[in-house]
Amino acid sequence: MTKNLVVIGAGMASGRMLEHLFEAAPGAYTVTLFNAEPRGNYNRLMLSPVLSGEKTYEQIVTHDEAWYQAQGVTTRFGEAVTAIDREAQVVHGRNGAVPYDALVIATGSAPFIIPVPGHKLPGVVSYRDLEDTNAMIAASRPGAKAVVIGGGLLGLEAAAGMAARGAEVTVIHLIGHLMERQLDPAAGYLLQKDLEKRGIRIHCKGATKAILGEDRVEAVLLEDGTVYPADLVCMAVGIRPETRLANDAGLEVARGITVNDQLQTSDPAIYALGECTEHDGQLFGLVAPLYDQAKVLAATLAGQESAFKPVQTATKLKVTGCDLFSAGDFADAPGREDIVFRDPGRGIYKRLILEGERLIGAVMYGDTADGAWFFDKIRSGADVTADRDTLIFGPAFAGGAQADPLAAVAALPPEAEICGCNGVCKGQITRAIEGGATTLDAVRGLTKASASCGTCTGLVEQVMALTLGDGFAANANPPMCKCTNHTHEDVRRLIKSMGLKSIPAVMQELGWRSTGGCASCRPALNYYLLADWPLDYRDDRQSRFVNERNHANIQKDGTYSVVPRMWGGVTTPAELRAIADAADRYNVPMVKVTGGQRIDLLGVRKEDLPAIWSDLNEAGMVSGHAYAKGLRTVKTCVGQQFCRFGTQDSTGLGIRLEKLLWGSWTPAKVKLGVSGCPRNCAEATCKDIGIVCVDSGFQISVAGAAGMDVRETVPLLTVATEDEVCEVTAAFVQLYRENARYLHRIYKWVDKVGLDWCREQVADPATRAALYDRFMLSQSVYQADPWADHAARPAEWSPVADLTLRAAE
Amino acid sequence: MNLIDIAALHDIPREGARVVRTAQGCVAIFRTATDQVFALDDRCPHKGGPLSEGIVHGTSVTCPLHNWVFDMATGEAQGADEGRVATYAVQVKNGRILLDAAFLSRRAA
Ligand code: SRM
Ligand SMILES: Cc1cc2nc3c(=O)[nH]c(=O)nc-3n(C[C@H](O)[C@H](O)[C@H](O)COP(=O)(O)OP(=O)(O)OC[C@H]3O[C@@H](n4cnc5c(N)ncnc54)[C@H](O)[C@@H]3O)c2cc1C
Ligand code: SF4
Ligand code: FES
Repeated sequence: MTKNLVVIGAGMASGRMLEHLFEAAPGAYTVTLFNAEPRGNYNRLMLSPVLSGEKTYEQIVTHDEAWYQAQGVTTRFGEAVTAIDREAQVVHGRNGAVPYDALVIATGSAPFIIPVPGHKLPGVVSYRDLEDTNAMIAASRPGAKAVVIGGGLLGLEAAAGMAARGAEVTVIHLIGHLMERQLDPAAGYLLQKDLEKRGIRIHCKGATKAILGEDRVEAVLLEDGTVYPADLVCMAVGIRPETRLANDAGLEVARGITVNDQLQTSDPAIYALGECTEHDGQLFGLVAPLYDQAKVLAATLAGQESAFKPVQTATKLKVTGCDLFSAGDFADAPGREDIVFRDPGRGIYKRLILEGERLIGAVMYGDTADGAWFFDKIRSGADVTADRDTLIFGPAFAGGAQADPLAAVAALPPEAEICGCNGVCKGQITRAIEGGATTLDAVRGLTKASASCGTCTGLVEQVMALTLGDGFAANANPPMCKCTNHTHEDVRRLIKSMGLKSIPAVMQELGWRSTGGCASCRPALNYYLLADWPLDYRDDRQSRFVNERNHANIQKDGTYSVVPRMWGGVTTPAELRAIADAADRYNVPMVKVTGGQRIDLLGVRKEDLPAIWSDLNEAGMVSGHAYAKGLRTVKTCVGQQFCRFGTQDSTGLGIRLEKLLWGSWTPAKVKLGVSGCPRNCAEATCKDIGIVCVDSGFQISVAGAAGMDVRETVPLLTVATEDEVCEVTAAFVQLYRENARYLHRIYKWVDKVGLDWCREQVADPATRAALYDRFMLSQSVYQADPWADHAARPAEWSPVADLTLRAAE
Repeated sequence: MNLIDIAALHDIPREGARVVRTAQGCVAIFRTATDQVFALDDRCPHKGGPLSEGIVHGTSVTCPLHNWVFDMATGEAQGADEGRVATYAVQVKNGRILLDAAFLSRRAA
């Protein structure tokens, strides 16, 4: 006797299950198939090619009217099941009830909608079915503006599809890089670059605040204030299992409908299948494991023994020209190792994750040809130790392409600038070499490349090595760290000439050998990027050493010291009172006058920092950056105002300079001194920059130090007015910011590039003005009190959890 | 295993750490760029530096005081330095971080 099988949902999983069932047990069941969508099963994955215009809907239908008829399936399409009556074993739909002996729930998932203001406006769609797809097609007229919220798999396929139809598309993504669940930052960077190449704008770290519009969507507003005009908004921020029916029926539901290895729910007559299920704590969002479920359920219904075991899944993005592959699971398990391969010239990145002798994950971008081979190794759990050294080159390994240290320079176009001082590009150097210049001196003579500050010498040598081949012995300057072959100087130049604007971009394009860099290169790269791209780059706190990350100096016992700014060493009774109050309130064990003319509160607990900062802020004080590779102090003497020898207002000038320069990040710390006469009570001549006032004006000298090396400053320029002191000083600091290597104090940098070259730059009015303008541009972003910013979020400074009481239990 | 729900994964910044206070001292919970999570004693074997304040790179952390580097999976100091930090089992489930707190009772006993 045939039994009644009712299936709710005609999607990919149930479609495959029915195929298997009719094959395994023809005629065993009379099937009624409900579907909320007004159509039968089609290949949902292929909606993306339909959106982009590469396929039509007709081409992606998997089961047509004739198929259902041939199998004797009663179809109730366009009719959502509204309730399941478990007692009576009946399901209810709009057009009447149907009894079942066995019931399969295969309702898939529902797109998650972020409930921001405006999310219900017409013109806001999700991306799940043909209706959504058609809405996007209709809205993608050339020139129309579309915003996609969510830079995951679905969002990017939606974006690429609409862009292919001519729409101007912006993707807003909450996290720092695209597809963060499948990709690491390096691969995410390459993907972003490829999408940007096709005109899609990507806004990472963007949180949607509201969707704006009167009668329909007009724009999207982000938390940071950015507004993107939009004729259509596609929300693709995630899915959640469609469990409403199961919930109402009182079946066991966790995040998805709970099923056992036979896909049986808590009611033995009811099965569930597909994205609506949860098996052993796991949810599903890709089709491969669902097809396995379909096989198991068909067998179960046919009375055969079968059990579902979830397999690993691999991800690919169906956007033509974006080759990515990600498989395995690289989260939450200790004891892992990475193998990384990068070919910057060809935009390739590959990373394998090993655990013991097994390969457990792979991320690839640019060349995914070996994806299946790696995936197979992941699934089989084979011992890969024997091939470990060559594993990353895949099955075709033969001798192996080694990562080429010169690749980044080789990939530069001829018009890329190599020597910034003299504006010499790669092509000019190559021509000079081809014209017979085979030594560095000859190239310098002909092109002037590296003839000025000399920081690009390494790059010029690399261009020579590329042009001349083995005959050339390149520079002996050591590389930045063990993650790269490039020197600091080369990296700085390449960041500029290649327009690299993020840490993953630098690591990829310059062929870093590690995935996340190390504690030596990350702070340096973070500095170079923020110095070169003040408007585009955002400071990366996690790439900063502890003091700069926490805006205080860590002490040997893990407490911190707090030094408020005291402009030019001048304070007031009110400030002193506020400092005294803070010292009392937070039990500061020591209050000390520093060598930099200000007051240090030593021994503050980390969780008290936000509170002490806001107290000091309230009294008008800001961070003294006593921890920063940045401006520290401007030490002054009393000067003309009180001193009988003073020639100028050294105190006032010091305060003015400190107010001009504070907040700027520099390669290493910068200290200034301003003395009112040559008696030099402010010790100006052992500072990074020292100003000694004389009757006729101001002597500016630079490159002093009084730490591990003691150096007297050397004269830079003598000027007549305070205004000129300010302009020259800011310009000189900017020159240092743009050219020095990270952690080099001014004196070390001047030793390398020569004082004469520095003087030429700041003496020339046009160059000086340009340097000054670039400094001020950077200050427009970075001259902000970090204490005020962090004091606003005190919770982040305390432990995330406190288990001290647990132990007592 | 005595799993305790500590915090949400997103409470910890990528390539960063937060500490959990316990009666036996702080435990640092690290999150890597690819969302692996590790738990180590927040005390460097060298001179007691708070490892939670170190720079996280790959699956290593560099101590903020004198730059010793530790493999977060094993707790072993890398390179020429010798020493080991205690590690604790930790896992992420449904976006929550679960720490095996068996060590609390063990050490208290
Ligand atoms: C607080 C203070 C000592 C004091 O009690 O007076 C101080 C304290 C520290 N100095 Fe200093 N220096 C202090 C004035 C100086 C001076 C004198 C000056 O600025 O007039 C010098 C010599 C001048 C110079 O810099 O050339 C000085 C040369 C150094 C050096 C060596 C720098 C060098 O390039 O050789 C270091 C090490 C470093 O920076 O790498 C250093 C590093 C340090 C650190 C940050 C060490 C560290 O990384 O933990 C100390 C932080 C202690 C803390 O927890 O607060 N400190 N340090 C002074 C703070 C001044 C301020 O108000 O900001
Ligand atoms: C645009 C897009 C691209 C994708 N690309 C890929 C890819 O490249 N690779 C990959 O592996 N996966 C991809 N996926 C995911 C894949 O499509 C899903 O994993 C798969 O379709 C899930 O199958 P399912 O049968 O569980 O659910 P679905 O295919 O969603 O089917 C569920 C059906 O149930 C119906 N339904 C819901 N509630 C009721 C009710 N109460 N009554 C009646 N019917 C109801 C729904 O209308 C729907 O038709 C993609 C998904 C989308 C949307
Ligand atoms: S001289 Fe500076 S770095 Fe050395 S102990 Fe004193 S404060 Fe610390
Ligand atoms: S305390 Fe960690 S390296 Fe010294």
